[in-house]
Amino acid sequence: MKMHYGFPIIVGLGLFIGLLCLPFVIGKGITKEYKQPELKLPANEKECIESKEFMRREHMQLLNDWRDWALRDGKRIYTNHAGKEFTISLQNTCMKCHNNKADFCDKCHTDAGVSPYCWDCHIQPEGLK
Amino acid sequence: MLEIALKGSKRYYGWIAFLLVLIGIGSMAYVNQLMVGLKTTGMSRDVSWGFYISQFTYLVGLAASGVMIVLPHYFHNYKKNKHMVIFGEFMAIAACVMCMLFIAVDVGQPTRMLNVMLYPTPNSILFWDMTVLCGYLGLNLMVGWICLEADRQRLPHPKWLKPFIYTSIIWAFSIHTVTAFLYQGLPGRHYWLTAILAARFLASAFCSGPAILLLVLKITEKFTTFQMPKDAVKTLVKIIMYAMCVNMFFFLLEVFTSFYSNIPGHMHPIIYLFSGAHGHHELVPYMWTFIGFAFLSIALLVTPKLRENHKLLPWTLCILVIATWLDKGLGLVIGGFNPTPFDTITPYMPTGKELLVSMMVYAIGALIVTVLFKIATGVKAEMGHSQALPCGCSTEDFCDCAEKAEAAAEAAATVEA
Amino acid sequence: MKNNRRAFIKLAGIAAAGLALAPKAMASSGASPVKKNPAGITAKRWAMVIDSTKLHTKEDIAKLAEVCHSIHNVPHIEGNQNVKWIWGAPYAQAFPEQENPHLAEEVHEREYILLCNHCENPPCVRVCPTQATYKRPDGIVAMDYHRCIGCRYCMAGCPYGSRSFNWGEPREGLDLSKLNPEFPTRMRGVVEKCNFCVERLAVGKLPACVEASEGAIVFGDLSDPDSDVRKVLRERFTIRRKPAVGTEPGVYYII
Repeated sequence: MKMHYGFPIIVGLGLFIGLLCLPFVIGKGITKEYKQPELKLPANEKECIESKEFMRREHMQLLNDWRDWALRDGKRIYTNHAGKEFTISLQNTCMKCHNNKADFCDKCHTDAGVSPYCWDCHIQPEGLK
Repeated sequence: MLEIALKGSKRYYGWIAFLLVLIGIGSMAYVNQLMVGLKTTGMSRDVSWGFYISQFTYLVGLAASGVMIVLPHYFHNYKKNKHMVIFGEFMAIAACVMCMLFIAVDVGQPTRMLNVMLYPTPNSILFWDMTVLCGYLGLNLMVGWICLEADRQRLPHPKWLKPFIYTSIIWAFSIHTVTAFLYQGLPGRHYWLTAILAARFLASAFCSGPAILLLVLKITEKFTTFQMPKDAVKTLVKIIMYAMCVNMFFFLLEVFTSFYSNIPGHMHPIIYLFSGAHGHHELVPYMWTFIGFAFLSIALLVTPKLRENHKLLPWTLCILVIATWLDKGLGLVIGGFNPTPFDTITPYMPTGKELLVSMMVYAIGALIVTVLFKIATGVKAEMGHSQALPCGCSTEDFCDCAEKAEAAAEAAATVEA
Repeated sequence: MKNNRRAFIKLAGIAAAGLALAPKAMASSGASPVKKNPAGITAKRWAMVIDSTKLHTKEDIAKLAEVCHSIHNVPHIEGNQNVKWIWGAPYAQAFPEQENPHLAEEVHEREYILLCNHCENPPCVRVCPTQATYKRPDGIVAMDYHRCIGCRYCMAGCPYGSRSFNWGEPREGLDLSKLNPEFPTRMRGVVEKCNFCVERLAVGKLPACVEASEGAIVFGDLSDPDSDVRKVLRERFTIRRKPAVGTEPGVYYII
């Protein structure tokens, strides 16, 4: 059976698959070994709200819950697993220790290519310019 | 069937290119609005809804109006509408899309719009409006497409579709009722706070919507072989006439209630719109144009001779569309916000950018109408349904002009011989 | 213990994503990791009584508005796209349906302080399609600016014109060097309004305008017969704005 338009179809398919794979090829070629960003951790506070692993993975979910607890239920004190109490507030609790957004938040967010809209409203500890 | 939309004349592609240019220009204004916020519009703290929401309201009427063709066909077995139905449904699709776009360009945080579904709130009428609009869009897409495809294959319309068709007819009434509820349930806005608003919305929809549809179909006739059956047009114009009379009757009821009761809150918006208040007369000429055009269109429609004059009809319909648009697409929203809760007046006029964004939405609607009508008329032409005859009639008209013309030609031939 | 807790919070997170009900469920169950600040002041129904015989000049009201707007980072924007939580208006604008042509001149010419009424039946809450505006159990009508989509239905719904929309970038209307770093600003495209100072009540402080009013504004629990507001309401003649619309405002005016 003769294939109609065989040449353009095959070339087109080849081009399509090539373009599809291009990012992977380029990515492998130019990306260096991934290095975890170096965060500037608070100098005089060793313990965060919850464990390091938990905060690393779930801080966005925790902030989500915090927001609803504080705004909707009016409950603004959070007791962590160790029984320590914290005031629920991004600006007045989190950022009092992590007093530099650029050296902490932005480091990972930039690497992960995410831009959370926290700072559209919340004021970063460095202040606004 | 989509392939029909791809094959067209140079003029067809030219028109589509023109619409795309309009969309391009409008989208630049929209991107600007996205970047700097809605401050590019003429809206304000006091008049917090403007041109976008009023166009949305007007177009919900257009979406609902297709039912004035569909209902006689399915509920009264009015066969003359058989080949018009698809245009009513396709117009509804375009109108629904425009409605949604006008909401989308109006919200301050469009990226969060899905919150309406993530946090469904049945006590908010806006939630219900979204629900009924999406439902109506889906129903029309399904019913219109499947029926047209069946027509193309010379098959009867599938039986299982019937319940959906009947649902869509009832649904059409619901979309405009819910849109009216959006307004008429607000305690502090006297111009909207009236039980007759939903009924008036429906009446104005059922005159303005079919009028727009007829005008678009008149243009379609110019560029395709499609020809509306004369009786179908006649019936539709009568529906438009009655709906417009009812619309104005309801308006007069509103005026009576406000002024005979002498309740200031009810009178103030009407006084502001029609004679101005606190030194603001911005809307007065528009509102009197509405009154003048409304009664002019009624006069032209109720007089049988003028109603059946095909040269005059497009003009009559244009006058009617302008009148209903000034009423519902301009006065309604501004009159609801003025006088403000402080009994003051904050004038509102859309800005150029606002109009450009609106132009974008209308151009997208026109594009959808063009493509869908191209498909529908293409199928009709393939099937030989409702086609234009040389005498100006439609193949659905059962006219004798064709025979007469033939007989005349034969007679001429014998004379020559 | 540690793992249990993490699993618990994680589950709550999944439930919150799915149902958006988790916070309430968690708050009601004994296992809740959150509680109210014991130092905060609470009520069944917060209300405010404004003594217009004491507070009625443009200057005094501007002073209170300034206090409120500076602690809440409310932008100052010229023109009719402005944002305000507290402002003043003459009698004819504050009480347009309760005017009378022979009203005591002095009453008619006073300036009245206006703010969100924190209604018992708030139309703004009724119409909001995302529950971004909600009524707290203590009667305060609050907003979650994270969830607001900016449809402005609440502004059409409010019979008191108490709501403002951020038509542009609010930070352009703020002196960035003088922000209150303890409170957020808003972003463009959301509605905002007075919050009865929930953030201050939560730490045991009275609303800022009450504190700055030098006794001209009384604030307290309407459901407590012995509260200051109830005492004032018993003794003095008060009116509320637009009583006909059935919203039952929580702000009363001594005339």
